[in-house]
Amino acid sequence: MNPEPRRITTDVAIVGTGLAGFAAAVFCLDRGIAAVQLGHAGALTYTTGYFDLLGYDRGRSIDDPWRALADLGATWPGHPLARLPRSTIEQAFRRFAEAIGDLGIAYVPPGATNVRALLPTGLAKTTSSIPRTMAAGAAALAEKKRTVIVDFIGLVGFSAKEFVTNFAADWPGLSSAHIGFPDLDGGAEAYPEVMARALEVRATRERLAARIRAVVGDADCVGLPAVLGVHAPDRVHAAMEELVGVPIFEIPTMPPAVPGLRLRELLEQAMPARGLRLVSQHKATRVDLRPDRIDFGYRDNFGEVVIEARTAILATGRFLSGGLVAERSGLRETLIGLPVEQPAGRGDWHRDDCFDVRGHPINRSGVVVDDDFRPLDHDGVPVHPGLFAAGAILAGQDWVRQRCGAGLAIATAWRAVDGVARMSGR
Amino acid sequence: MNFDADVLVIGGGVTGCGILRDLALRGIRGILIDRGDLNSGASGGNHGLLHSGGRYASSDTETAAECRIEGEILKRTAPQAIDACGGLFVAVEGDDEGFIARFAARCAAAGIDCAPLAVDEVRRSEPAISERAIAAYAVPDATVDPFRLTIEQVADARRLADSLFLPHTEVTGFDIDGGRIRAARCRDTRSGEARIIRARQYVNAAGAWSMAVARLAGCDDVRVLWSKGTLVIANTRLTRRVVNRLRTPGDGDILVPGGTVSLLGTTSDTVADLDVIRPTPEEVDRNIEEGSVLIPALAHTRFIRAFAGVRPLLLPTGGDGDGRKASRGFTLFDHVAQGLGNFATIAGGKLTTFRLMAERTGDLVAARLGNREPCRTATEPLPALERSSWTEPGHSARTWFAAKNPADSILCECEMVPKSTVDAVLEMAPGAEPQMPLRAIGVRSRIGKGTCQGSFCAIRVTSHLYDRGTYGGREGLGLMRDFLAERYKGTRPVLWGPQMPQAELAETLHCGLLGLDLIDARGQDGEPR
Repeated sequence: MNPEPRRITTDVAIVGTGLAGFAAAVFCLDRGIAAVQLGHAGALTYTTGYFDLLGYDRGRSIDDPWRALADLGATWPGHPLARLPRSTIEQAFRRFAEAIGDLGIAYVPPGATNVRALLPTGLAKTTSSIPRTMAAGAAALAEKKRTVIVDFIGLVGFSAKEFVTNFAADWPGLSSAHIGFPDLDGGAEAYPEVMARALEVRATRERLAARIRAVVGDADCVGLPAVLGVHAPDRVHAAMEELVGVPIFEIPTMPPAVPGLRLRELLEQAMPARGLRLVSQHKATRVDLRPDRIDFGYRDNFGEVVIEARTAILATGRFLSGGLVAERSGLRETLIGLPVEQPAGRGDWHRDDCFDVRGHPINRSGVVVDDDFRPLDHDGVPVHPGLFAAGAILAGQDWVRQRCGAGLAIATAWRAVDGVARMSGR
Repeated sequence: MNFDADVLVIGGGVTGCGILRDLALRGIRGILIDRGDLNSGASGGNHGLLHSGGRYASSDTETAAECRIEGEILKRTAPQAIDACGGLFVAVEGDDEGFIARFAARCAAAGIDCAPLAVDEVRRSEPAISERAIAAYAVPDATVDPFRLTIEQVADARRLADSLFLPHTEVTGFDIDGGRIRAARCRDTRSGEARIIRARQYVNAAGAWSMAVARLAGCDDVRVLWSKGTLVIANTRLTRRVVNRLRTPGDGDILVPGGTVSLLGTTSDTVADLDVIRPTPEEVDRNIEEGSVLIPALAHTRFIRAFAGVRPLLLPTGGDGDGRKASRGFTLFDHVAQGLGNFATIAGGKLTTFRLMAERTGDLVAARLGNREPCRTATEPLPALERSSWTEPGHSARTWFAAKNPADSILCECEMVPKSTVDAVLEMAPGAEPQMPLRAIGVRSRIGKGTCQGSFCAIRVTSHLYDRGTYGGREGLGLMRDFLAERYKGTRPVLWGPQMPQAELAETLHCGLLGLDLIDARGQDGEPR
């Protein structure tokens, strides 16, 4: 027997659970648009935690992102961020940062200029908005504060010595300390996620704070790998600062890392409570573009489900998240089969030098959209009046090299939701 | 810094290392130099195939017989570096019937043990072979780990005669006086520092670069054709045995199992510039298209990386320059006619015949030094050193598991390489030095060789090297960047399917998290373009 699929009706289906998908969900809820969000893991887990707006141009750092955005159209014709007015980008970015802050991960809102944030290699990177748990690090670098960087026995892939050595010329007051994390100091590999969850317990915080106090010396500031809690980092951070007695900041670590995990767990838990229908850990397997709606099919343990949506936002990301797939013969959009703007052949996808500051041509490939961010077919006509796209799947940008991933995800999600609102009459 | 030795050997490939050990066994102390590192050229860019000789039986009986004899010697003297898995020659529908019919007789002429097999039987034991197979023969092909071979030879030469290997040391000129080379002027390619090496005898075993080195000594008698060959590594072992296409050699017609992977190759294209040798997507496609005729699974297998080497083929006077037809034989040049009495060049040949090449060279050099010791490499086993087996897949993991030390964290998760292995390589491996590059550690271990191709372990190993004080500044980041850029050359032509998400993740990690696109090769803040 083949039971009828269960059906869910909604104003908008958001496909993708990365930053763009969740930003779209936030903006839809703000405007009272009923949303179903569908997706599997996604690449959100790999973020440093920093929200970039526009940080670099061919390896050169950008101080004033707003001016650079205004000029972007000249050097990057068709860049998604060059197609949006400053007011939209600013509004979207501020609103999303505020929403995330309300949920428990506060961000220092983007300012008029970019800031230099810390990388685990002991290099600085230019970004726009920093989580509160990391903010004191940028300030300590800017003011060259006497700072001790602490790492932990058994933590692999993060070295306080590496950080200190590589910043030495730029930041003379740095020193390092190697200590044991309470109960994880036997020498076996210690994972950031385990430490972060342990620090949600007050007793662990007190024991760790005592160990940190023992190595602070005359430092004005303490830097740690990002381990200050998963669910309530702002609370854990504040509590640790109080216990240690000096400002503390986190430094991003290699995956599996806490900042991305935090965002994902927080959004997955908090958004449904605010009215989002979230279908996580599932992937749409079938799409049906109908004249007045778009149907997305997926299967769960109980059989097939069909989401009947008046509109949809495609935020499925690139190769890592599965939105695009590379075949020897060319690049393909996986869910709907949308045309993908791409280099002529596989030989043109990448440059000879992997660190060429111009970035690889394949990075700019993706889905082409109109000014409302509706994907276009081969004739330049919207594929469906109610289908929008947002985030890294869009053509004409290089979010990793330009350091514009969060800005791209959030601002294009805003514009896509504008379109959804119009179609939904909200 | 300056050095003195009995003999200077130029070129850290398998032949140069073989010569260093050959001489050491005769009590002669040598210095071996390479502009890069061990196996930077063709010795590190090949199939790892120990030829039975079957491949050359149809065209060159002498080379085929040499391969057979040398293969047998190596299986006896260096079994630790060899997997005597056996080989097959298989023809498919449409292949030249005449070539197939003559094969067994040609093998017999070279003394190669060649047994006809029923096609059904072959497909039962090797199900990956095409159902379009029409003929098959078994030959005693084997596989060899060229890295283990070079590392152990250098280590043994050090043990026997205190011979020395100097990586990243390039010859820039020779001081010649009275028909003899008095010194080699060298340059440290990392630091730029000048080095003078004085020896009584000088040996040029620089492979593809041997023509250039000979010219530095004023010798224009060495003529080498550069034949670039590209190979591609599949992430599974598709066959138990080496599988050769039974036809005139062409692209993608040998599949060699290596541990848990398979190597498919190779192309053959004459090149004019050695500095731009990298595998291309087009060459990879050619290998796959041809290879999948014999092994259909290759059309949809996951490939981990590609690599390219340059075969230094001897060009006979009047040769037509076709790399496939050029001889696989070798020549020892004594350069006497060029007016030099203490310089020799060994050129051409194959991985399989390196020992014989080293023997001939060793005989000449020893005689010139008045040393009457005979060559012993054909009988003296190559000591299997515990510390050089790190290049063997699974070895680190077994050692790590047996030691049961939880504090010995795994740094490379794909190949299960723990901290202790990296530490041991730094302390004991031939060519180890105080600020050892990640690439050099990679050559001497399994670091970077797994499915992530170093994306993760480069970060973890670099942090460890900073922690233990190996690196004390930005140069460590420059060396990590260099290692990743080198791995990328190999992954780039196989970036499709499941490899593309890996590449995107690498981009996110190496640029986004580490900022390596913002620094130059020395780790300094990059000059904006």
